[in-house]
Amino acid sequence: MGLSSRTSPRVPAPIACAAWLSGCAGPQSALDPAGRGAERLAELFWWMAGGAAVVWLAVAALAVYAVRGGARRAGGGAQRALIVWGGAVVPTLVLGALLAYGLSILPGLLASAPPGALRISVTGEQWWWRVRYESPGEAVELANEIRLPAGEPVEFTLRSADVLHSFWIPSLGGKMDMFPGRETRLLLEPTRPGRLRGVCAEYCGESHALMAFDVVVLEKPEFARWLAAQRRPAAVPAGGAAARGGELFGANGCAACHTVRGTGADGVVGPDLTHAGGRLSIAAGTLPPGRAGFGRWLAKTHEVKPGALMPHFGMLPPEDLTALAAYLEALR
Amino acid sequence: MKNAAPEADESLWLLAAAPAIWAAHFLLCYVAAAVWCAKFAGPAGPLAPARRAILALTVLALAGIAVIGRGGWRRCRLPPPPLSREFDTDEDRHRFLGFATFLLSVLSAVATVYAAGAAAFMRDCR
Repeated sequence: MGLSSRTSPRVPAPIACAAWLSGCAGPQSALDPAGRGAERLAELFWWMAGGAAVVWLAVAALAVYAVRGGARRAGGGAQRALIVWGGAVVPTLVLGALLAYGLSILPGLLASAPPGALRISVTGEQWWWRVRYESPGEAVELANEIRLPAGEPVEFTLRSADVLHSFWIPSLGGKMDMFPGRETRLLLEPTRPGRLRGVCAEYCGESHALMAFDVVVLEKPEFARWLAAQRRPAAVPAGGAAARGGELFGANGCAACHTVRGTGADGVVGPDLTHAGGRLSIAAGTLPPGRAGFGRWLAKTHEVKPGALMPHFGMLPPEDLTALAAYLEALR
Repeated sequence: MKNAAPEADESLWLLAAAPAIWAAHFLLCYVAAAVWCAKFAGPAGPLAPARRAILALTVLALAGIAVIGRGGWRRCRLPPPPLSREFDTDEDRHRFLGFATFLLSVLSAVATVYAAGAAAFMRDCR
């Protein structure tokens, strides 16, 4: 085989650059903003990248100039001026300007939500998210999924139940740490509907990387309908495998840890499962939704999420696991 | 030849003074803001008294750094000895330490202004 046949085909630079930059898009990218805060941060990033490029080019140009002996030919005074201006004054001014720009956007990012704004409290727990819609109207709790109205500022109250976590939806804004015994706040304002992804941005134990959540930004009327549906109790399946799964849910002690509103299950240790079947993922963004996902979670809990506090139920007969998964899938 | 330089036993303390002032300024600014917000103003309270304290600390720090930098500049402006090739005499060390003190003073002044910059933009404790 000749050498020429091994070389990769030449790709025009603009196309290669576009393909490379397309990696910056997606549901979890600070460079593909879908919120006011993320827009400011993306601008800051590009200004910082531009400033860094200017400093780097200036340093590289000076290095070339020095290697070619230009400074020696220019004489001692010019050498000193080059060092003072190129090595100290210009970098100080560039960095000072970038620092001032970065600081100037901070007050806007840290502002309080206006009165009447949607308020959501989120508690980080190893390794899932307890989400509680505090207002408007009656509070409602769910888990590992946040839906937001487009164009509305939302204030998050953040807590931790165990260790340090950090709440981050890169497409919407900056991250905010969550501390045990202390509340922090974060204001986010989504600008367009879409599906996004949030993550824990502070190492919090062995399954830290499996602590994600789904974020869905909806138009306001659609959001109002969704929130009203979340407030309703679970639609308890009346027959078939799902109904039998409901009985197994009680018989196997699941109700001691999980709440399913509208049934006798009122445990508060684990995630609220009232509408678990309608969520976009299982186990904090770890498994796809549906019966197969629930079945895998129940049987192989610690393979899916090492260190999870929930015991696995792999000892149950397969038909029981299938019934339990059918029950959870039916909770919508 | 007898070396008459008075700086024969010169120490390095002055060299470290300007960075030490910057470090103390950095620490005191953060302590002032943290104590004010945690004990007096509350999580969203006004930062004005802490900003005034940071301004005063910054003026004091820059004045101290300027005095040290001026001393360093004077020492490095001494006329170089004739026929010095290795720059290893006490006077050479005197000049070198003066120049290093001056450069570190400039760096410390920039760092002090950068550290105080946050107080120029933040109006409350959030």
